Amino acid sequence: MIDINTIKVSLTFPPSKVTFPLMTKLVRVFELEVNILHADVRLNKTGKLIVELTGETHNIDDALKYIEEMGITCHIFNGTLTWDEEKCVHCGACTSVCPSRALTIGEPDYTLSFDKEKCLVCGLCVKACPLNVMCLAQRE
Amino acid sequence: MKTIEEINEKIKNGTAVVVTAEEMIGIVEEMGTKKAAQKVDVVTTGTFSPMCSSGAFINFGHSSPPIRMTRVWLNDVMAYAGIAAVDAYIGATELSESQGMAYGGAHVMEDFISGKDIRLYAESYGTDCYPRKSITTTINRDNVNQAFMFNPRNCYQNYYAGTNSTNKTIYTYMGTLLPNFGNVTYCTSGQLSPLLNDPEYRTIGIGTRVFLGGAQGYVAYQGTQHDPGQERMPNGTPVGGAGTLALIGDMKKMSARFVRAAIYEKYGVTLFVGVGIPIPVLDEDMAAKTSVSDKDIFTYIVDKSGATSFSQLVSYHELRSGNVVINGKKVPTAPLSSMKVAREIADILKQQILKGEFLISEPAELLPKTGERLNKLDVRGD
Ligand code: SF4
Ligand code: SF4
Repeated sequence: MIDINTIKVSLTFPPSKVTFPLMTKLVRVFELEVNILHADVRLNKTGKLIVELTGETHNIDDALKYIEEMGITCHIFNGTLTWDEEKCVHCGACTSVCPSRALTIGEPDYTLSFDKEKCLVCGLCVKACPLNVMCLAQRE
Repeated sequence: MKTIEEINEKIKNGTAVVVTAEEMIGIVEEMGTKKAAQKVDVVTTGTFSPMCSSGAFINFGHSSPPIRMTRVWLNDVMAYAGIAAVDAYIGATELSESQGMAYGGAHVMEDFISGKDIRLYAESYGTDCYPRKSITTTINRDNVNQAFMFNPRNCYQNYYAGTNSTNKTIYTYMGTLLPNFGNVTYCTSGQLSPLLNDPEYRTIGIGTRVFLGGAQGYVAYQGTQHDPGQERMPNGTPVGGAGTLALIGDMKKMSARFVRAAIYEKYGVTLFVGVGIPIPVLDEDMAAKTSVSDKDIFTYIVDKSGATSFSQLVSYHELRSGNVVINGKKVPTAPLSSMKVAREIADILKQQILKGEFLISEPAELLPKTGERLNKLDVRGD
């Protein structure tokens, strides 16, 4: 039986590793599917990538080891964000801090839309929401 | 052309034509101001925004033996008691003495409106006629005598949008502002906003009946910091803060859907207040004024960190597009005021007028249209 898994990770590259083609390696060597959710990479600066990795569990584990060996810091997000839609007033304040545009608001009806797929579980919206309706819960 | 009396007759007969300020834009585009003025009788507006300058007077009733309350706390939030024996004013931004920023006057108001019990603790020095020195009890919507919201400043006619030039995130009443012009926040319902649809205060004045927090309330006076002398566009709309309204209404009749407590990270507590104001289309000029759209309403984006005097003129149309360009860089924008609930309010008001439940009132007095610009507070001493 093949054990397929998906994880969301934040990768921090030291300035010297910013040009390293990690994504290609993950795809070719570890046969992972890579979905880049957020990128903040500039030459000679610490770079940050948030990616979703899908693949066989043992390949994911090997890839994570490899990433660490390359001197790239890796943090696995294991929380989930819950939005209490009933109590939301659709003001839009949370959209101003959301780095991945998982939260958006606008025409036609100015209802807050939350795209779970794009969420980085960074928690910025939790504090930015004046109505306290966003909550970060740790996944078991 | 039309008087308020004539419009009210039509409302009572069920023949009045009532549209929201957003619907009015299309109507005027299609038939022009002249025909629109003949056709439409009332335009409804709405806003649902954080409005710090809000609060409520409550009369608790007398205990036996009676107390002349000198200090009052409602759920640990201090209310102002320097008025008669059992009257107090609870302000929206006052913080809880036990929970700090997690609870405040705004929460007391929301809980009261929701019908919840609120713990009252009061102290006194005791007098011959009011011997009691302290009291602990619970109050709620049904056991107090009066509870009326009296908001010294609501419905800012327009408001500056905020951004942050520094390299640190700042936490403000304009929300969380990201470093290096990382975002822009703005806070009005623009084309649906009450005072932007009557920019020169021709119909909104003292005594105007309004939708306030789900109940019928009134304009009590010009609001604090009313500043009609603000720079204006040729269409009469001000660029930045200008007119304001002091509003009053029965808090016992309000709904917590339209009065919500809010906490801005590291700033404090405030209250979202829902307001809707009907504007009678008296003539062609009012038809033109009520058809104003976000393309014709402007404000300045200012640096809320105070570090620079950065200021950039933008239209609400640009702000609503989701991005503006600052120093050549695309910057995301976000609203703080709920357009969704503002539309709901304008629509409820429209339905109430169509059903004859809400009549238009002739103001007892109009708001000042000119005036000195606002005073600054001098610092004298340490
Ligand atoms: S900030 Fe909170 S209340 Fe406002 S839209 Fe976002 S989740 Fe809803
Ligand atoms: S936690 Fe909130 S701010 Fe962060 S990505 Fe998810 S939705 Fe956006």
